[in-house]
Amino acid sequence: MATALAGTAGAGTGTSVEHAARIEHVSKSFAGPAGQQLVLDDITLDVAPGEFVTLLGASGCGKSTLLNLVAGLDEPSAGSIGTDGRPALMFQEHALFPWLTAGRNIELALRLRGLPKAERRDRTEELLELVRLKGAYGKRVHELSGGMRQRVALARALAQDSRLLLMDEPFAALDAITRDVLHDELTRIWRETNLSVLFVTHNVREAVRLAERVVLLSSRPGRIAREWTVDIPQPRRIEDPQVAELSVEITEQLRGEIRRHGQH
Amino acid sequence: MASTETGTVKDGGAPAEQDGAGDLAGLEAGLDALETTARTGRASFRKTFVEKVFPPLVAVALVLVVWQVLVWAEVTDSYKLPAPSAVWDEVREAWLQGTLLEYIWTSVSRGLLGFLMALAIGTPLGLLVARVKFVRAAIGPILSGLQSLPSVAWVPPAVLWLGLNDSMMYAVILLGAVPSIANGLVSGVDQVPPLFLRAGRTMGATGLRGTWHIVIPAALPGYLAGLKQGWAFSWRSLMAAEIIASSPDLGVGLGQLLENGRTANSMPMVFLAILLILIVGIAIDLLIFSPLERWVLRSRGLLVKS
Repeated sequence: MATALAGTAGAGTGTSVEHAARIEHVSKSFAGPAGQQLVLDDITLDVAPGEFVTLLGASGCGKSTLLNLVAGLDEPSAGSIGTDGRPALMFQEHALFPWLTAGRNIELALRLRGLPKAERRDRTEELLELVRLKGAYGKRVHELSGGMRQRVALARALAQDSRLLLMDEPFAALDAITRDVLHDELTRIWRETNLSVLFVTHNVREAVRLAERVVLLSSRPGRIAREWTVDIPQPRRIEDPQVAELSVEITEQLRGEIRRHGQH
Repeated sequence: MASTETGTVKDGGAPAEQDGAGDLAGLEAGLDALETTARTGRASFRKTFVEKVFPPLVAVALVLVVWQVLVWAEVTDSYKLPAPSAVWDEVREAWLQGTLLEYIWTSVSRGLLGFLMALAIGTPLGLLVARVKFVRAAIGPILSGLQSLPSVAWVPPAVLWLGLNDSMMYAVILLGAVPSIANGLVSGVDQVPPLFLRAGRTMGATGLRGTWHIVIPAALPGYLAGLKQGWAFSWRSLMAAEIIASSPDLGVGLGQLLENGRTANSMPMVFLAILLILIVGIAIDLLIFSPLERWVLRSRGLLVKS
């Protein structure tokens, strides 16, 4: 909490701030049927330590591509990306390994990060407790509900002990009630762990509910269209009037971006 | 509802603050309880018997009845179609002489040892083909082509290369089983969901660590299917080798028993040998591979109980 405040203050003065992620003039194009197709065009975006940023956009805006680039799963065609260590990544699908129990999934992340064996079990129990799944250590992935799976996936991502957590529409496949609870849960964990989060979504309310800063991407190619700072105090609710009000404004802008594509 | 009530005190006397931590925990525990179903217990012995054991017993009994009826009807000469009792006498005699288990053990020990060798060669070979592009392009098609080559074809060259001995048997088994095992692993690896590989990469599982922690366990179901087929091929290759290449120093396995039956014009002995070959093949599958496969699938939630 304290560092998050310091981070915002530092951003104000604009001098020598550490960055959890620094995306500078990044472009990405893929070989398509009609030659090279530009997916991301000159994206510049910083995520301050402890900051929660959501990337919002319609389909085809390249938000997942950008996340893959930051995660190091792909190389940008131009520009540079700097992160503080290897970021953790959470997907829309839980991506838990079905041959391991919930606890072992988390332990694998700890092991790959080089944590000694003796400490792994304790740390795993701590992480399970953090996502409120105490006692789920020996549960098989298929025995867990969708919401529980995403919480184990979150615990596994946290096990990597990264400073930056990348989330690629992690709650999109969940039912509304579960999603709502996981929003509260994510906000709580983010505030407890002082993590930086870059969260991709196409759900405007979700973006406003969670973020300190919402970045809207235009589509084909993805460019940063506009940014909003959200200063509604946390914990918020998705039903809060302020959340709704800002969501309306952002949705209008988003629709404007989409409409442009129908005009030519 | 929510739009009018934000910021008001919740009933139950909770602090007027926003969502208390306990509140959220309770909500979550409730959701978890609602969305998970209890584990189903194991089926009862009686149920297993009625559903799994009884039907094949009925089928076997039916075959025996039809067989006996054909013998009574004298559809053909008795030396061509011996009565079930004649075959049973053959079994009893071999048992009393103590040779029955010897026949079985000679072949089974060869088959299993050959299979283990095929496993030791086929596994790294399969991994290489699956993971190294050049190797796949070079020998991938040959490897899958070899699967369709009947392993009997390898007996003559193996005899010429190695002579009439156990090494020749093992060579034939290897040539039959290694392609199956390697191919099973290759298709297992090919079917690993890319999401697992990406998840593994973000966790730092790349190169050999990725292969060990992600690729191999993820490919296990396909690999097991390959092993199962590999065993079937080992057993078939061995029988081919034993029938064609018999020599006194080789001991009598089931293949030789079959061949001995033919040269002695003893149909009961031939039937006995065929029966034993079939039973061993089924038994190994039922005792080793099926439980292994079921265990893997069940632990991943891939086996749906009907």
